Formats: sequence, C-alpha cells, structure tokens
Amino acid sequence: MSGNQDLQALVGAKYRHGFVTDIESDSLPPGLDESVVAAISQKKAEPQFLLDWRLKAFRHWRTMKEPSWAHVHYKPIDYQDIVYYSAPRAPANAPKSLEEVDPKLLATYEKLGIPLHERARLAGVAVDAVFDSVSVATTFKEKLATAGVIFCSFSDAVRDHPRLVQRYLGTVVPAGDNFFAALNSAVFSDGSFVYVPPGVRCPMELSTYFRINAAKTGQFERTLIIAAEGASVSYLEGCTAPMRDENQLHAAVVELVALDNAQIKYSTVQNWYPGDENGVGGIFNFVTKRGECRGRNSKISWTQVETGSAITWKYPSCVLKGENSIGEFYSVAVANHYQQADTGSKMIHIGRNTKSTIISKGISAGRAANTYRGLVKILPSATGARNFTQCDSLLLGPLCSAQTYPYMEVKNPTATVEHEASTSKIGEDQLFYCLQRGISAEDAVNMIVSGFCKVVFKELPMEFAVEAQNLLSVSLEGAVG
Amino acid sequence: MGDVDLLAINSLLAIENLSARVAGKDILKGVNLTVNAGEVHAIMGPNGSGKSTLAQVLAGREDYEVTGGSVAFEGRDLFALRAEERARAGLFLGFQYPVEIPGVNNVYLLKAALNAKRKAAGEPEVDAYEFLTLIRQKMKFMQMSESFLTRGVNEGFSGGEKKRNEILQMLVLEPKLAILDETDSGLDIDALKIVSKGVNSLRDARRAVVLVTHYQRLLDYVVPDFVHVLSGGRIVKSGDKSLAQELERRGYDWVESQDA
Repeated sequence: MSGNQDLQALVGAKYRHGFVTDIESDSLPPGLDESVVAAISQKKAEPQFLLDWRLKAFRHWRTMKEPSWAHVHYKPIDYQDIVYYSAPRAPANAPKSLEEVDPKLLATYEKLGIPLHERARLAGVAVDAVFDSVSVATTFKEKLATAGVIFCSFSDAVRDHPRLVQRYLGTVVPAGDNFFAALNSAVFSDGSFVYVPPGVRCPMELSTYFRINAAKTGQFERTLIIAAEGASVSYLEGCTAPMRDENQLHAAVVELVALDNAQIKYSTVQNWYPGDENGVGGIFNFVTKRGECRGRNSKISWTQVETGSAITWKYPSCVLKGENSIGEFYSVAVANHYQQADTGSKMIHIGRNTKSTIISKGISAGRAANTYRGLVKILPSATGARNFTQCDSLLLGPLCSAQTYPYMEVKNPTATVEHEASTSKIGEDQLFYCLQRGISAEDAVNMIVSGFCKVVFKELPMEFAVEAQNLLSVSLEGAVG
Repeated sequence: MGDVDLLAINSLLAIENLSARVAGKDILKGVNLTVNAGEVHAIMGPNGSGKSTLAQVLAGREDYEVTGGSVAFEGRDLFALRAEERARAGLFLGFQYPVEIPGVNNVYLLKAALNAKRKAAGEPEVDAYEFLTLIRQKMKFMQMSESFLTRGVNEGFSGGEKKRNEILQMLVLEPKLAILDETDSGLDIDALKIVSKGVNSLRDARRAVVLVTHYQRLLDYVVPDFVHVLSGGRIVKSGDKSLAQELERRGYDWVESQDA
C-alpha cells in the first residue's frame, strides 16, 4: 500500500557524475611492458632512482598473482588492454596557474562541485585535482608555502623535492607489498604529495579530487603524506568517474608517515561510478592505504565514506610503531545494486601502549555484497596495547548480504582487545514509524541510515560531513524494496 | 440510503463493513464504526480480537491486507492515501510498541514530521527557535526531562518513557484523529495520569480520539463518550462508559457468550 512501492519507484537513481569531458588527451597505447614503464618515467622527466624503483616493482609484479581471497567476484582483468598513461593534451608547457588550465577541465570540476576557484577560498580548502593521470592544478600553494607546508602533485614533488620523495617513498607500502601496490609502483603517473615541517599545524584542510575521464584508462595515483615532529594535517580525497560500460581499474597507493607527536587525519569520500543497476561497468577500486605511526605519541586517523565503485578492495591500515601511538579507522561502506565491497582495516601494534579503534558501518542494498575484513595484530613488543573494534551491518531489502571477518593475533598477554559486531535489517517497523509520522519513505530511509552512520560522520571535517550525507542519500535512493 | 452517506460525509471516520487479513489469516470480519469530531471512543476487547489490527489497517501498515469494506476519513477514501499521506492529513497512531531508531535524534524526527505535515498543508516550515519553544512547552506539560531533546528516537527509553514520547509527538502534531493503541499498557499510575492529561488536553470539538485498550483503568482518566467491544473481528457491543465498567466486572466472556 505505501512504503515499498514508494521506494521501488525510486530505484534506479542515476549516477550524477557520469558525464564525459570531451578533451584532447595525450595517451600511451594500451599494454604494459618495461618500455611503457620507462616511457611514463621519461614523460615525467624523472630522476634515475625513480625509474629504477619502478622497474624493480614491475619485475616483481610480473612474478605475482592477483589476490583471490577477497569476497569479490569479477571477470579476469586484461592488464594488456589498459591505458597506463593519459594526460589532457596541453600546450607544450604545462599550466603554471589556474588561468592557464583548459577551461573545459575547469568546467568539469565545476560540474563536480569542486571548489577550485573562489569557492575554495571561501571554504578554506586547498585542492589538488588529479584528472586521469596528471595533476591539473593545486590551489593555495603560496599560502601553504608561507607556513612551510609542501602540497603539490607527486610529479612536482619528484622534480622539486626529490630527496624527500626518495627518503619516504615506499617506506610504508613497499613496492612489492601486494599485487596492486606493485602494479601501482611500476606505473603510477601522479598523485599528491604533502610534507608538513616540524611543529607546523597545517593552516587549512588539504584536499585532492581524483577523476577518471578517458575510456579504458587505469588510474594509478600515489599519495605520500609526511607529518614531521609535532606537525598536524587533515587531508581529504574525493573521487568520481564517468559512466562507461566497461570496467575501469583504479589501483592507488597512499602512504602516511607520522613522526614524533605528529597527527594525520585522512578522510575519503569515494564515489567512483558503481556500474548500472544490472552490474554493468563501474570502477574496480583496488587500493592500498597504509599509515605508519613512526614516532612516539603520533596519531593517524582514517575516515572513509565509500559509496561508489563496482568493486572495492581496500583496507586502510595503521602500523603503530611509536610508543603511545594511536591508530583509528572509521568507515561507512555502502553497496547497492550489484556492488561488491570488501573493506576494513589492519591495526599492527608494535610499540608499547599503542591504541587503536576500528568502527565500521556496512550498508548493503539491492543485490550487493558487503564484507568487513579486519586484522588486529598485537606483536610481543606491544606491551599494554589496546584495541576496540565495532562492526555493524545494516541490510536494506532481502537480496543483499553482509559478511564480517575479524582476524586477531595477540602475542602479548598484557594487551586488551575488544570486538563488537551486529547485523540488523532496516526495520519495516522503523520505516512505518516514520511514515506514520508523515515523513516520506525516502527521507525515512535517509534518516535511519544517517543515524546508523552518525559516529563515523562526526569524524569527517565539518564541510565534508554534509557532502558525505548527501552522497549517501543519492547512493541509497530507492534502496529498500 | 442517503442517511448513511450523509453520515459518512459529516463524520471524521466512517468504517463500513471492514475486513482485513494478515499473514493469510482473516482478522477483521466486518467492522462498522463511525467517529465524529469531538468524540472519544474506546475500543476494548480480549487479546487477539483484532484491536491492534484495526489500528494498523487504519494507519496504513503494509502487511495488513484489506479484503473488504471501506473507510472514509473526512469523507475521503482512506485507502487511496499512503501511510504518510494519512499522517499528514491528520491521522495519528500512538504505537503499542514504539520502535527505537538509533542515532536519529528524537527532536529531529519530530521536527521532520511537523514540517512534512505543514508542507502538505501549504504552510511554511517551522523555524528552529519557534520549534524549540514549542517542544519545550509540550515537554514540560508531559513532565519529560530535557535529555529527551538530545537522545535518539526511543533509544534506551523505558516503556513508560516511550509511551510519554508518543503523546508528546501527538501534542506537537495536533492530529484530527488520534488512535492510541494500548498507550496505557505498562504504565505505572503516575505515568498513566500524565499520559491521560496529555490526551485530555487534545480533546476539543474538532478532534477525535480512539483509545484501543484492554483495561478499563485508562478510562477512569480519559472518559470516553462511547465504548465498543471488539470480538472475533467485529464490534459486538457498543455503549457508553458504563459498558467499560460492566466489562471490568463481568469479563469479556460475558460479551462473547451474549454474542453467541
């Protein structure tokens, strides 16, 4: 009579970032061998150490097998059918300021709602936008430079700060860490680089937007963030892609390093194209994210809102080396239609009195499969370590599923490890209660889901919490049937 | 025939020969009931007689299948309206078991409800200050603590607190027809008095209240104009408040034996 039909009418909410920008691009032909790796390095005029590093990673990658342990299913990826480098074709010289950036590109970001111009200033957000393989514009460079903060594209960092890059690259996620990280190490084309010098509190939120535009293109960005002694920084990334029938690969690597008393807060709002309601197309999001609390009293906090991608394979992790260091992971993962998400976190306790928190909220709708996979590992050295893990799953409708795989390895008897888990269905009772108060089915579902995610949303920087909430409502339009 | 139709138009709620089933089982088997503005009706009956089913069917719960009859609400076909439309039109159900919605602020839900109703009536949304003033006043009336402002919907509420919260919502939404499904169950005497005070404050010539209850106790505080006994899916006896007292004395067996 009411709720279900109402909700079903809403099924098939369209992806709002699915447009393609018609822009000339400079691409390598599809396929991958050593010459492609070398060509990428050459295009970016990289120093020898980086080319050597890439080639080593590539050779290692060829000996590796694609992982199959995740609870996801997809047709084998043909790695020879992917374009590994695609850049918007620009006049011979790269743009030096926003004014020189192709207006079509800026219009694209405009459409995405990215605050690149004045809106950025108003929001006080510095944005580095990565379009396919290259970084297009970084705003607020100067203001940040005054504070001593380096925030630039990875390519610029390689050119301008090669010693910093060489010192930290691959120290958290080694080139051969896993299949996708090795692939990324060989072919990564750009990404963001942040260095916050000792004692500096970064004066604004830093933000990167990634967008895959060209067809059959993989995006392999690499982000490296270093917070030196006593420094702190908050960083946000957002992601979108056009709607295409074929799957596109996104294999990023993010490395965070926090030295003594440093803090890094890394937030993600991921909205890659998830494929259509029949499961055709969409991004394969196979990402390695890891932070190392290298120094004493350091803290790394991951917050993610994952609503997009056909398949998500992602476990933002913390290696807690420094004494008293803290690792946190707050996650909302939404899977609708045929989306598959296998996500969670790893907390590796090495130092004494290290502390970690994992809060994971999984929401499944349609025929989606949502898996939480987490590891809490307490090494013998981690005396007094503590972990608290809470994994909650919410099911919308009868055809979706949720799995939880919490792994724990505790090798120090003084450690405290707590785990709580729950699975609930979005209650017909809850829905009817709201309807009976005059609230529409759509608003009711949003309200109930937001309530479920509240503890995670409050970890997001204020200006993005609203965006995340909106994204969630879009992703779940018509999700209850 | 004209008489019946005229009655249906003038009444707030006109139920004619209503039957309904849930999970393949016939529960309501021809209910007739007319409720006019300004009246308070009590529907009593033994467990399983169909009291709650009647309340749920009127509110528009999906799992209940209407198999016959009609219901007019202010002369409109009630079944042509979705649950949320019925609510916005002024039909309120006080739930027997109010559900918890974790993380959703109690006041936020109520504000959304009030605004949905105002929007449907073409009125502007209530502003935050005005709303807070209103809700503080109603909370005071219902003797509820300030913590209700910040807690999740029914989250961790005691049984009595949940029922009081239902009445609070009713007072804010000011429905034309309030159907209160066993609002008295699980209340101690003090809470019962507060809840009754809330219900009585809503009584006026433009509104009506239908009390669904198992016991006569509530009717000492909210005195009904009419009492009906629902048994076996039909209203088998109607009367004034003395009927409730008689039921209390003689038990439901008395009515059922008369019916047979």
